[in-house]
Amino acid sequence: MSEKKNPVVTEVEVTTFSQIWLTSLLEFLSGTRAFYFLVGIAALVVLIAAMFAVNAMYTGYRHAYGLTREIPWGILISGYVFFVLTSSGLCIVSSIGHVFGVKSFMPIAKRSVYLSLVTVVAGFTVIFFDLENPFRLLIWNILSPNLTSNIWWMGTLYGAYLFFMALEFLLLLLEKHRYAMLSGLLGLISLIAEVAASSNLGAVFGMLHGREFWYGPYIPIYFIASAAASGCTAIIFFTYLGYKITAEKMDRAMELSLQAVGKIWALFLAVLMFFTTWKIITGFVGGEGKVLALKEWLTGKYALNFWLFEVGFGLLIPFFLLLISGFKNLNQMFVASVFAFIGIFFMRVDLVVVGQIVSHYFEFKVTDFPVILSYKPSIYEIMIIVGAIAFCMMAFLVGEKVFKGHKTEIH
Amino acid sequence: MFKGIKDWLLNLKNEGVEKVPDETKREFLKIGLIITGVFAGGSLFSVISRVAEGLASSEELHKSYPYKPHYSMVFKIDRCIDCELCMEACRKTNHVPDYGWRTMILRRYDESALDQKTMFMPILCNHCNNPPCVRACPTKATYKDKKTGIVRMAYDKCIGCKTCMVACPYNVRYFNEEKHAVDKCDFCWESRLSKGITITACAEACPAGVRIFGDLSDPGSEVYKLVHQLAKPVWVLKPETGAKPNVFYTIS
Repeated sequence: MSEKKNPVVTEVEVTTFSQIWLTSLLEFLSGTRAFYFLVGIAALVVLIAAMFAVNAMYTGYRHAYGLTREIPWGILISGYVFFVLTSSGLCIVSSIGHVFGVKSFMPIAKRSVYLSLVTVVAGFTVIFFDLENPFRLLIWNILSPNLTSNIWWMGTLYGAYLFFMALEFLLLLLEKHRYAMLSGLLGLISLIAEVAASSNLGAVFGMLHGREFWYGPYIPIYFIASAAASGCTAIIFFTYLGYKITAEKMDRAMELSLQAVGKIWALFLAVLMFFTTWKIITGFVGGEGKVLALKEWLTGKYALNFWLFEVGFGLLIPFFLLLISGFKNLNQMFVASVFAFIGIFFMRVDLVVVGQIVSHYFEFKVTDFPVILSYKPSIYEIMIIVGAIAFCMMAFLVGEKVFKGHKTEIH
Repeated sequence: MFKGIKDWLLNLKNEGVEKVPDETKREFLKIGLIITGVFAGGSLFSVISRVAEGLASSEELHKSYPYKPHYSMVFKIDRCIDCELCMEACRKTNHVPDYGWRTMILRRYDESALDQKTMFMPILCNHCNNPPCVRACPTKATYKDKKTGIVRMAYDKCIGCKTCMVACPYNVRYFNEEKHAVDKCDFCWESRLSKGITITACAEACPAGVRIFGDLSDPGSEVYKLVHQLAKPVWVLKPETGAKPNVFYTIS
């Protein structure tokens, strides 16, 4: 764009960007055998998952997925929510450093921005295989926008986020002081887009007034808090792992940074505990449909998901491990993040599925549908989620190698 | 002749109400309520409130309708015998695949009901005045027809996100693989109404006169007369969602 206007600047940029590509490539080629082995395994899983996904696409999702007209959203939507909220969280938590200038959060910035891009791409890939006509989206999202639709806002804002965040990441890579202002501005734009997008994703559920389990202002707000908690989980998980695989010793600044992230994480876990508690208590004095869904969630088929994975793995175990660690013992914090990641995935599954399990006409005592409907994900759906996780792991490993552990100079 | 009866009556002792079964008490109360008109009054009020729930807003009731013609369907629900000729006609007319349906007959069954334990309840798209599906669609692939109020599909715009299916409180949408889009009842607009036929395939096929189709904005139409009366109850499904359906239920 600026080629004709300012050839001097363009030339400088081109050499810098090409330098990045070249050094990245050389760095990738200089990997150890273990590195190639791990990346190779992840790539293999991605490949197998891709075969499942493409197969599902050609046979038709009605045959390949465990979805019905009564429960048209399954674990692919859960997976999408899981990945994009992790992305939002990475953006939100890291922006404390690279947008708002809090020094102790600076060291985690680069890795977070990179992983935020990776997870949002993983999310988009998952939803690509959920949409029946993903290519039409590209056309009609622009030509026929419905401004009252949360899906439209959510998709558009996440698209905008991906664009701005990619630019931001390139600027962070260049590490040029003269881009500091622009970088900060891009970071701020990305942050606003990301928070608005995740909140809108919540509203996709929260504004469906036919679905009592979701309806209300709870989910749009919950999604922001939940995203932040996911972001902290991801930062601790991936930073710890990054240092472990390179067997490098963490410097003091990074340690302090992770401790700060741990404290924010504990705060957001507490917020989520309150959200969950009050959602349940208020729900039980609500309409009959909501009570039925809640009962199924807490004492029915989803009780194990709720009590063991959501409450145990997702909230209580990480919270107490954080307290025990005194926000200093990184090993314990890492274990907490492993539990939390599993728990968060089940939170997303339950949120999406339990919202749809109460039969539409239960109050009329119809014999055509059971009061509580059931959904079981197919192997295709599971493999797509596994593939997306493998993709994230692969991209993480490559990122650690290529960007040399995402080291940041503090300006 | 009546003397014996008179003596018998005079000698009757007050037994009190403790031993009277609940059912008898209830029957007696009902007789009293019917005589005093309270019972009738109750149903009158309920009719007014139900109609208001269905229409655009209570202020618009009896005054104007947002669409011209304002298509609507009224079910005389007690007449339905579940012969499924309506479903058959719909399938043939609108090329509905075997894995989907645009209209269906639900079977209500209540073991504890006093006499009749089964009732059939036909359902189709309610063509709501405030349709949750239309608001949720990201690409305006489903829309409220400005002229007729029919909730229609622009099939080529559907991205298949299925949000409309989740949004619909009535479960009347399904994904049609042949059309590569979500499909639903359009009151036979594409197959019949747009070609000048004035009745939907299902209403025409019904042998029991369950489905009455017509223009709610026309005071001469049967649907108008069925909805705008106070003698029989008229209701809509799930009024609490605020979707304001244009499909009404009544008894014959």
